[in-house]
Amino acid sequence: MSIRISIAQVNPRLGDLQANLAIYEERIGQAAADKAQLLLFPELSLTGYMLRDTVPAVALKLDAPEIKQLMALSRQVAFVAGLVEESADHKFFNSAVYFEDGEIRHVHRKVYLPTYGMFDEQRYFARGDRVRAFDSKFGRLALLICEDLWHPSTIYLAALDGALAVLCPSASPLRGIVDQQSQDDNARYWELINRANAETYSVFMIYGNRCGFEDGVGFWGGSEIVDPFGARLVKARYYDEDFIAAEVSFEAVRRKRTMSPLLRDEDLDLTINELMRIRERPGAGIVRGRKTAKKK
Amino acid sequence: MTQIPTNAALLRQILVAFIRNEVRKTGLARVVVGLSGGVDSALSAMLAAEALGRENVLAVLMPYKSSNPDSQAHAELVVQKSGIESMVVSITPQVDGYFERYPDADARRRGNKMARERMTILYDQSMRWNALVLGTSNKTELLLGYGTLHGDMASAINPLGDLYKTQVWALSEAIGVPEVIVKKEPSADLWSGQTDEGELGFTYREVDKLLYLMVDQRYTKAELSAAGFPESFIDNIAARIMNSQFKRRLPVIAKVSQRTIDRDFRYSRDWGK
Repeated sequence: MSIRISIAQVNPRLGDLQANLAIYEERIGQAAADKAQLLLFPELSLTGYMLRDTVPAVALKLDAPEIKQLMALSRQVAFVAGLVEESADHKFFNSAVYFEDGEIRHVHRKVYLPTYGMFDEQRYFARGDRVRAFDSKFGRLALLICEDLWHPSTIYLAALDGALAVLCPSASPLRGIVDQQSQDDNARYWELINRANAETYSVFMIYGNRCGFEDGVGFWGGSEIVDPFGARLVKARYYDEDFIAAEVSFEAVRRKRTMSPLLRDEDLDLTINELMRIRERPGAGIVRGRKTAKKK
Repeated sequence: MTQIPTNAALLRQILVAFIRNEVRKTGLARVVVGLSGGVDSALSAMLAAEALGRENVLAVLMPYKSSNPDSQAHAELVVQKSGIESMVVSITPQVDGYFERYPDADARRRGNKMARERMTILYDQSMRWNALVLGTSNKTELLLGYGTLHGDMASAINPLGDLYKTQVWALSEAIGVPEVIVKKEPSADLWSGQTDEGELGFTYREVDKLLYLMVDQRYTKAELSAAGFPESFIDNIAARIMNSQFKRRLPVIAKVSQRTIDRDFRYSRDWGK
């Protein structure tokens, strides 16, 4: 099956839902006109990134009128939105929401909230507690948000859960100037892991980063789609707005997995057994989440 | 990663995008910049011209009667080369008018006063011209506290604040700041014969190497020693950074409420933009 996937590399307005909804509407229209079937927006692109104390002001419950508006827009083209989700018990999550044919089909709450150096996410957001692939009308997909992908366990789980493509909304800040390197060092690292992940897990990596500046921090753009062989199908401009699209054929996943059936050979029990052992190792400083992952 | 990178092409691309984005999101299109004749303000002004168009950059030349005449001549070179708007406002009457009452004021007081008079002129012109004040302080002087609080350190946006002086020189050369400005000895020109490096007691290139390892690469004191820096130099610079921290922060506010500005009332500067 071949589908046309677009990425809207946008520059949202910080803390202004209405302005950003207008950007969504415009880009969704553009994707539909371009005959795209699936559109990826960057992390927190409905709200802006450095929200700090505006988090509760821009948070949306999944029955909010703005969400209804997004559902309606998804009749034109399926898309992934990046927004602040408020749960019934008033936790705020940095979420990616997959809209398809007028409905919400999947919500991923960012698990790894960077809280070091320039980042402060855990101060404002609650942490997601699950990583799941899900079935879309195009095939099985997974959503992972930015820092999630810097933890190899997330894509490992997504791939073993059957994802053929991983969509990654990102708000990745440019930082680190290196001589003889045409982009900043963060861009270099992302491109390295996108390619490595695509090849290692035989999946399509659909990476949508934002652009623009917030309080002097620039976002480097450079959104891309990488196929399971590590070939880059399309690349957006660095540091500037862009809109890109590529034909993605899931047959490539089949071909790649036929040639190198690494996922087939993956020994899940070995991994689980060793993880159980490591989990109990005294003094290992293991971060333990909640044991919730039973239902659904 | 022990050498300061000077990737001029990338820095230029980022800083031009920074100025364009951060100015336009405020709803404005223009900047004013105090042009001293030195390399920092020349670089800021030329980056702004590239980002916003030369007609949207106003250089204000603000000589004092004892300023080195080369300073204004060099500032005029930048104006000519970049084609930006310019005006000259002498600060002599307002500085002298004040110090007539305090004739025994020393050079440091006079220097600080000059820097702050220039700031008031820039902010007034920025309002007249519907523009933002563009900063010119580099990372070296910000870390060392080698600037006047509410004077030359004041601005709305600053493209150079994360660039060491070494990087300012390299980028200036690459984007065509007149050579005489890049090559000359840095001076605040607050009094005759003043040079930055004379006053500081070390060269920018020396201190930049240390600052880069200490701040950017987080070398410990032992690692800095092992890298060949004298202990007294390390201690001197570490103390300078610590003792000038106040210049890099808002004034200290006494907390009495549940929500205090900048402590638990936290919003980005670009809030709503």
